[in-house]
Amino acid sequence: MDDPTSRSRFRPEATSKPREISVTLHVNGEQRTLAVAPWTTLLDALRDRLHLNGTKKGCDHGQCGACTVLIEGRRVNACLTLAVMKDGAHITTIEGLSADGALHPLQQAFIDHDAFQCGYCTPGQICSAAGLLAEGKAKTADEIRELMSGNICRCGAYPNIVAAIQQAMGAMGSKS
Amino acid sequence: MINFEYARARDVADAVRQISADPAATFIAGGTNLIDLMKYDVARPMRLIDITHLALKTVEETANGGLRIGALVPNSDLAYHPVVEKRYPLLSSAILAGASQQLRNMASTGGNLMQRTRCFYFYDVATPCNKREPGSGCSAINGINRINAILGTSEACIATHPSDMCVALAALEAKVHVAGPAGERAIAFAEFHRLPGDRPEVDTNLKADEIITAIELPARGFAANYSYLKIRDRLSYAFALVSVAAALELEGGRIKEARLALGGVAHKPWRNAEAEAALRGQPAKSDAFARAAEILLRDAKGFAHNAFKIDLARRAILRTLAQAANATPQIQSSKKIR
Amino acid sequence: MTYIGTPTPRVDGRAKVTGSAQYAGEFTAPDLVYGSVVTSTIAKGRIARIDASQALAVEGVLDVLTHENRPKMASGDKGYNDEVAPTGSPFRPLFDDKIKFNGQPIALVLAEEWEISRFAATLVQVDYDAETHSTDLHTRIDKAYMVEKPDKPRGNAAKAHAAAAVRHEAEYYIPIEHHNPMELFASTVTWNDGGKLTVFDKTQGVQNVQRYICGIFGLKPDDVRVMSPFVGGAFGSGLRPQYQVVLAVQGALQLKRAVRLVLTRDQMYGLGYRPATIERVAIAARNDGTLDAITHEAIAMTSQYEEFSRNDTSWSALLYKSANAKYEHKLARLDVPTPSDMRAPGAATGVYALECAMDELAVALKLDPVELRLRCYSDRDQNNDLPYTSKQLKECYRKGAEAFGWAKRTPEPRSMRDGTDLVGWGMATGVWEALQMPMGNRIVLTANGHAEVSCATSDIGTGTYTIMAQVASDALGLPIDNVTVKLGDSSLPHSQVEGGSWTAASVAYAITTTADEIRRELLALAQKMPGSPLAGLKHDDVVLSDGMIVAKAAASRSVPLADAMRHGGVERIEREKLSEFKEDNKHARNTHSAIFVEVKVDEQLGVIRVTRAVNAVAAGRIINTKTAASQIMGSVVWGIGMALHEETLVDHAFGRVMNANIAEYHVPVNADVHDIKVIFVEEPDSTVNPLGIKGVGEIGIVGVAAAVANAVYHATGKRVRDLPITIDKILG
Repeated sequence: MDDPTSRSRFRPEATSKPREISVTLHVNGEQRTLAVAPWTTLLDALRDRLHLNGTKKGCDHGQCGACTVLIEGRRVNACLTLAVMKDGAHITTIEGLSADGALHPLQQAFIDHDAFQCGYCTPGQICSAAGLLAEGKAKTADEIRELMSGNICRCGAYPNIVAAIQQAMGAMGSKS
Repeated sequence: MINFEYARARDVADAVRQISADPAATFIAGGTNLIDLMKYDVARPMRLIDITHLALKTVEETANGGLRIGALVPNSDLAYHPVVEKRYPLLSSAILAGASQQLRNMASTGGNLMQRTRCFYFYDVATPCNKREPGSGCSAINGINRINAILGTSEACIATHPSDMCVALAALEAKVHVAGPAGERAIAFAEFHRLPGDRPEVDTNLKADEIITAIELPARGFAANYSYLKIRDRLSYAFALVSVAAALELEGGRIKEARLALGGVAHKPWRNAEAEAALRGQPAKSDAFARAAEILLRDAKGFAHNAFKIDLARRAILRTLAQAANATPQIQSSKKIR
Repeated sequence: MTYIGTPTPRVDGRAKVTGSAQYAGEFTAPDLVYGSVVTSTIAKGRIARIDASQALAVEGVLDVLTHENRPKMASGDKGYNDEVAPTGSPFRPLFDDKIKFNGQPIALVLAEEWEISRFAATLVQVDYDAETHSTDLHTRIDKAYMVEKPDKPRGNAAKAHAAAAVRHEAEYYIPIEHHNPMELFASTVTWNDGGKLTVFDKTQGVQNVQRYICGIFGLKPDDVRVMSPFVGGAFGSGLRPQYQVVLAVQGALQLKRAVRLVLTRDQMYGLGYRPATIERVAIAARNDGTLDAITHEAIAMTSQYEEFSRNDTSWSALLYKSANAKYEHKLARLDVPTPSDMRAPGAATGVYALECAMDELAVALKLDPVELRLRCYSDRDQNNDLPYTSKQLKECYRKGAEAFGWAKRTPEPRSMRDGTDLVGWGMATGVWEALQMPMGNRIVLTANGHAEVSCATSDIGTGTYTIMAQVASDALGLPIDNVTVKLGDSSLPHSQVEGGSWTAASVAYAITTTADEIRRELLALAQKMPGSPLAGLKHDDVVLSDGMIVAKAAASRSVPLADAMRHGGVERIEREKLSEFKEDNKHARNTHSAIFVEVKVDEQLGVIRVTRAVNAVAAGRIINTKTAASQIMGSVVWGIGMALHEETLVDHAFGRVMNANIAEYHVPVNADVHDIKVIFVEEPDSTVNPLGIKGVGEIGIVGVAAAVANAVYHATGKRVRDLPITIDKILG
């Protein structure tokens, strides 16, 4: 097939501001309607438009996991998600994990196990771990390591992250 | 990223209509590769047609005992689908060897086929690349080519196809169902991806106005004797240097049917009927595996930094076939190679 | 002491796990403008023409700054100097048409929205007059020149080598590595009335950035406040001010508006990095494992405009007793950005080579690697012939080996197996300096028993917030919840850049000396109370404990500090002090470690897994056993990355980094890391500083890559001397 993305097809006349499209996002239980351009990612919409800076930008290319949020309870990279494509979606960010000031068991476990240092990958790690717990596919440490490998921690807190997830798994398992 | 327009497609017919009307448009589903490439200014579609609302999200067993997978089924759902886990574990395993859980949650089945190469030069608009800018030259041939192809290369391009899932689909002899203005057609998996030849900008035989609607797996799933082994520079979340999908049917210690496909080594998942034929009727032992590897890699050609892939692929083929024969498939969460 | 020495959880932990911790690129202002950088695509030459007209035509673009129209900048090198700058002529962003490296910033696009600036940046057209560039260290070895004599030679190394019973000589190589902190480099600059700037910057030194910005733009210190309350990792990359802060200030000055500039991940490969280095080590030994000579030569890369070099070589005969020693450090100039400090600069590379060489010597001598190190153990710093303030390295070897189970190792390569895996056990020694710097500190104590402790230092994930709170709590006798820590603000008391592992010792000393003055004042107030139980005592006779001033001699003699302050009519006591360490030329100050690593290598496929690591560290008193252990654990992960994964790939034809992303520049992921045990060996030290603190930021990485490489050799019999040890090198 012809490559529709070739540079030769670029039309330099497209210099006017993009047409904005109204989308409604249910973010952390709150309905937020905003007008976004097609090129605005969910990550940039959360950070620049809704000022929810807990979701981090570490690479902007799906290579680090710092932007992990939950959409309909599933973990995804917000940096590779266009906001216009998520009209009506239910999104949970790190700001929405703790309810009424009480930390989510994962948040508490991350503190208990010192599962972070600089803290920049941490919201993504915790949201990713929340997704992992919901998936129910990881039982062993090996499985946690593999299924958490989409979240890079340059400070190298991995063993503590695994321990924190195991603690939360235990705490949440015993509650149910 | 350029300033593009956004449109939604209501159904397959609408999607085909919209893509036919605008040669500068492209479909978007999971977006995991397209948005990435758009941010690097490599992909510059003027219009994105959002196909995520199309009714292509089901996995259904077919009348002839196979499985029809909607093009929009997310990779993770497919990997964990009970029928796939049970009857096509090779496919499950290959999917779980790729990317991260987040990306697998986003990426669609059809989109996985449409991934573009990870060649450094394709990704960097400051360098020549025939795939990105036809006629500009291939920088990888004399550049940093450690991750590039050893089979099926051309003077114009030595890129590889990065998918893991497709290696399993190639081994399983899937069919790709597509729809276009002229109606629907099915493409054999081996015919879907192209070799670069002198037109490396063209990755697949999908026409510009066609859409992938489903992947069909034949009844034969090789659930008893299979393995997917991926060798990479770190133990997860990295593209394959070499990967092997092996699937066998054994009868009394002999190989009745064999499938063998390589990833990370060519512009498409690499198979060779002769190599598989060499396995049939043989005892499931290393002699036969070595012969198959030899045939499969016969035409391999290394470049300055990737010649090691030839030996690595040979070793990986032997190991993966042994895993398949012994019914000890590689488990993706365990980094010990079985 | 209640808090010092305990595993106190991070005081900023809640902010980090809830997402409320704010990083440089997350501050905002009503008039915020977004920037995007255009970078060069050649490595050397001049900009012949730069045309921003297409970019300016995009709706929402406010301006495009280039060398042709940027605000006025200093014309001399002095204006661009910073605390960490090496010798040379510092890079000046958007200063002129000269291109000094590929990926150099050449234009800043300013727009109402980030996506608009990103798009418009792709429309800036540039023509270059390119010149022939050189980016390959290996082709410039013959042009390398001696930059320094790291330490005096002693004896006659050449003669000793010639006469040696056993001699090992080899060349080791470390490629370019990039820090890749998770947070993208970012600056948000707000432009306030009359042109005062507040700069939120990703930096390890807010005051360094403040002076730098003032120097470049001729601004007064009062007009520039630099803040950095949270830093998403830095590892040395934030020691020098980076170019995005200059560009963001240029934008703010030009538009008189707030500007936020966040670099992309690929643009961060145009910042500093660990320089590619060739290390040549020669060791002459006797048959009994004692050494006669060590020669260590390093050849590293630097830029055309600055001479970056660190001590790679003189660790060699610091660590091991040897009568003869010789060191050389050479630099090769290349058309690249200047290298920078990266976790344990010099030591991570130099000690890697030394410790692999020692392993090779142990093989040649048929000696256990630990035993060899004990036979040439040195109780003195031989380079300067000084005793150490403390050195518990022997105990590191003992405890580390015991925890690892080293005694069960069989010496022959390929002699240990686990099914299809070859098992390898390797070890190495680590060494770093216990540095300390003058540091300011301010304590404000209020009568309600609350204290605010502040200093312009940083917490880059190292735990500075927490250890400051711990030290202040103990010094003031307050519960940790009653102590607030402020840092990362240039308006706070003086701090050096946060690096070199000197922050813990320096800031702790500053807090305790400032708290001494608070105690003195409190005692004076208490003694004014009628019938004071503390009458007649000197300030050294009392301590602050549980909110009270207590006589050391008799705990029953005490006065609540609230009573003392209220009786004296004092609502708050504020003390600020710059604390400098006493000069001590009579001791060497170092930290040490012993690292033990297990690898499993698939015999057929060469796939390497690091299955276990033990790092036994002697670093004086550990203020926080939890956060310090995390630092060592993270350093081990860094060492694993250095050994097996990390390499910046430059296409020398283009002079350009080709894997400028974190999909293809591999750092370890969770699946790469298994059990890491951290042991802190007791090392009482009242000489180094009163609290006996030495710092742990660097020591954890030093030697790790060697231990991994030595384990890989033990597993496979294959000695790979050029990092990273990838599958192709194992199979090749």
